[in-house]
Amino acid sequence: MLRLPNERARPSFGRPPPTQETPPADGVFRPALVNGVTLGSIYGLIAIGYTMVYGIVGMINFAHGDVFMIGAFLSLIVFLALTSIGITFVPLALLLVLFVAMALTALYGWTVERVAYRPLRGSFRLAPLISAIGMSIFLQNYAQVTQGARFKPLPPVVTGGHKFGAVDGFGVNISNVQIIIVLLTVALMVAFTLIVSRTNLGRAQRACEQDRKMAALLGVDVDRTISLTFVMGAALASVAGLMYLLYYGVVDFYIGFVAGVKAFTAAVLGGIGSLPGAMIGGLLIGLIETFWSAYFSVEYKDVAAFSILIIVLIFLPSGLLGRPEVEKV
Amino acid sequence: MTTAAAPSPFPEALKNAFVTALIALGLAAPMMGLVTVQVGGDLGLEPHCPRVAIAVALVFVGRLILNLTIWRPGRVKKVTAISPKTERLLSKTARYLAPAAVAFAIILPFLPGVGRGQIDLGILVLTYVMLGWGLNIVVGLAGLLDLGYVAFYAVGAYSYALLAQNFGFSFWLCLPLAGILAALWGVMLGFPVLRLRGDYLAIVTLAFGEIIRLVLLNWQWFTGGPNGIGGIPKPSFFGIDFKTGPDGFAATFGLTFSPLHRIIFMYYLILALALITNYFVIRLRRLPIGRAWEALREDEIACRSLGVNTVNTKLTAFALGAMFAGFAGSFFATRQGFISPESFVFMESALILAIVVLGGMGSQFGVAVAALLMIGGFEWFREFQDYRLIIFGLVMVLIMVWRPRGLVSSRSPSVFLKEKKAISGSLVQEGHG
Repeated sequence: MLRLPNERARPSFGRPPPTQETPPADGVFRPALVNGVTLGSIYGLIAIGYTMVYGIVGMINFAHGDVFMIGAFLSLIVFLALTSIGITFVPLALLLVLFVAMALTALYGWTVERVAYRPLRGSFRLAPLISAIGMSIFLQNYAQVTQGARFKPLPPVVTGGHKFGAVDGFGVNISNVQIIIVLLTVALMVAFTLIVSRTNLGRAQRACEQDRKMAALLGVDVDRTISLTFVMGAALASVAGLMYLLYYGVVDFYIGFVAGVKAFTAAVLGGIGSLPGAMIGGLLIGLIETFWSAYFSVEYKDVAAFSILIIVLIFLPSGLLGRPEVEKV
Repeated sequence: MTTAAAPSPFPEALKNAFVTALIALGLAAPMMGLVTVQVGGDLGLEPHCPRVAIAVALVFVGRLILNLTIWRPGRVKKVTAISPKTERLLSKTARYLAPAAVAFAIILPFLPGVGRGQIDLGILVLTYVMLGWGLNIVVGLAGLLDLGYVAFYAVGAYSYALLAQNFGFSFWLCLPLAGILAALWGVMLGFPVLRLRGDYLAIVTLAFGEIIRLVLLNWQWFTGGPNGIGGIPKPSFFGIDFKTGPDGFAATFGLTFSPLHRIIFMYYLILALALITNYFVIRLRRLPIGRAWEALREDEIACRSLGVNTVNTKLTAFALGAMFAGFAGSFFATRQGFISPESFVFMESALILAIVVLGGMGSQFGVAVAALLMIGGFEWFREFQDYRLIIFGLVMVLIMVWRPRGLVSSRSPSVFLKEKKAISGSLVQEGHG
């Protein structure tokens, strides 16, 4: 029988990371809220990659989840490399990891587009999706072969936390990692919104999104714009990968698949093609998942997230902030 | 045009290959060159320079050769990778090749040099051929991208396993039941999502597939969870069991007992199931419903304008595709004797879909060839356990880039005026939908 890599016991999204203790006085609601927002930030950053690509090219970049996984691996590798050459001051190391991993992952994103999608532009509609599935399988097994199939546990890099609103046990503990993740997400969101709304690149992107042929006629380099969209998406996915690494302290080659599907769910929920929509969708999916785990069952949290996708697509096909699709003959 | 004045393409090609190699270095150096290893309790890095060098050198040489041959500047690009003439010839040979292939499949177990291993491989290939033909209804004929096909396969397998374990039903009773149950699931899952199109439909079917797998994994008391269900009974030969006793298969037919009898029987069983699937699909294509499927694939809006009930058309495609997956699933359960959610992961759906798409959507013969190549190739590369999935992914991308319509992609109309003319799939413009 075919043996394909599949289910193993692995830490997964939505479960609080092992390094974090939940003080019993907090109850369930507040930790779930904080975890949900953190997790939602990570989903949101991945979802932006899906939503931008879908908006412009009109295809699901199925390999995006695996680009996120590659980003997490690259962050780990760069971090270890920096430690081995003696950069141990954590803020500096993390800043360097952020930029180097972003650049390297962006290169992966660019290459994926160049190799697997660009030759298929204008081809029949299932071809890019099949090619993307092939790319996803390739990246997953590439990481498995080159880095090994075992978990890579990283001891917590950023430790400590703060207690907020400590009025007789009604406070909530927020760890420094969570603060970093949320702040970084907000900063990146602001930066990318500005890029899309203010720069020439953003204008070109919006033009391609509305009408690719017309944009090309008016002198927009469509291929370049699409490439840069993939680069931006991959860079954000790499940040999400770094956050995942810091938050859970563990990576393996399989994290991309589930994260990818959930981030796509987030993009659809928020309305595909919309940047704030992707972020809101990410937060909602993160919250739904952590609250489901906290109040119902951890086993069925993925079922909950996937069911949300189906329900949204049936009743609200254009998402929360999306424009309805217009049918043209 | 004068060709003598053209500058040598070599320096340009070399420069281009060099840039590509630099990019490959950037990609490979961190991922392949620095391996995270656990030293004691801590993670460390282990440099692996040679394989980075090999990868970069391969990319450089490969790109250089491509630049000088296929991507040479000024080379006239053909519209199709295979000319319509060859394609016609291919489809004509396919007409004679198909009966030959069936005849070969029938005599395979009795050919000299064919042992248990080969028959087992044959069973495996035929299972995927059958699944491919079933999915061909949904993807190839109706043009609905289904990424969760394995869910119906799982429904079929678990239906048989649970019915046999809890009620002692026999395989022959469960086979139609499993098909019906899977078809019901197909309708249930299909109904709400049929308004969706293209990529959205794909992602929702993927979600459905994952939900079914997760439920099978977590519904411990009913499905056995990750431990699966074991001891699934084997089918009998019309009531005669394959056993050593006096009322066994061997004794009844005056043969000496051999465990191979059961394997050969299983082989013929799946061959028959696959051929029935094939016959059904070919006949269905000629029915009004089959023509509606193909019209739907080519252009949904035109289809609706002409009064085709798209909801019913899509639902029947989903249900019939799911039914054949259900049959295949109950066969899988009885052959393995043990099933667990591990056999029904997304990768299986991707594999079946790859078989359909690479074979040329809608072409029965192409699907069979693709199944043989892929499953056979998988077994062939068994020693390279780790690398074969990498190659699998890469081959999927390359075939899509080379022939987006699949290996056998001719479209032959089911209704024609004077002469039946097959045309290449690459010449067909696809409508929205």
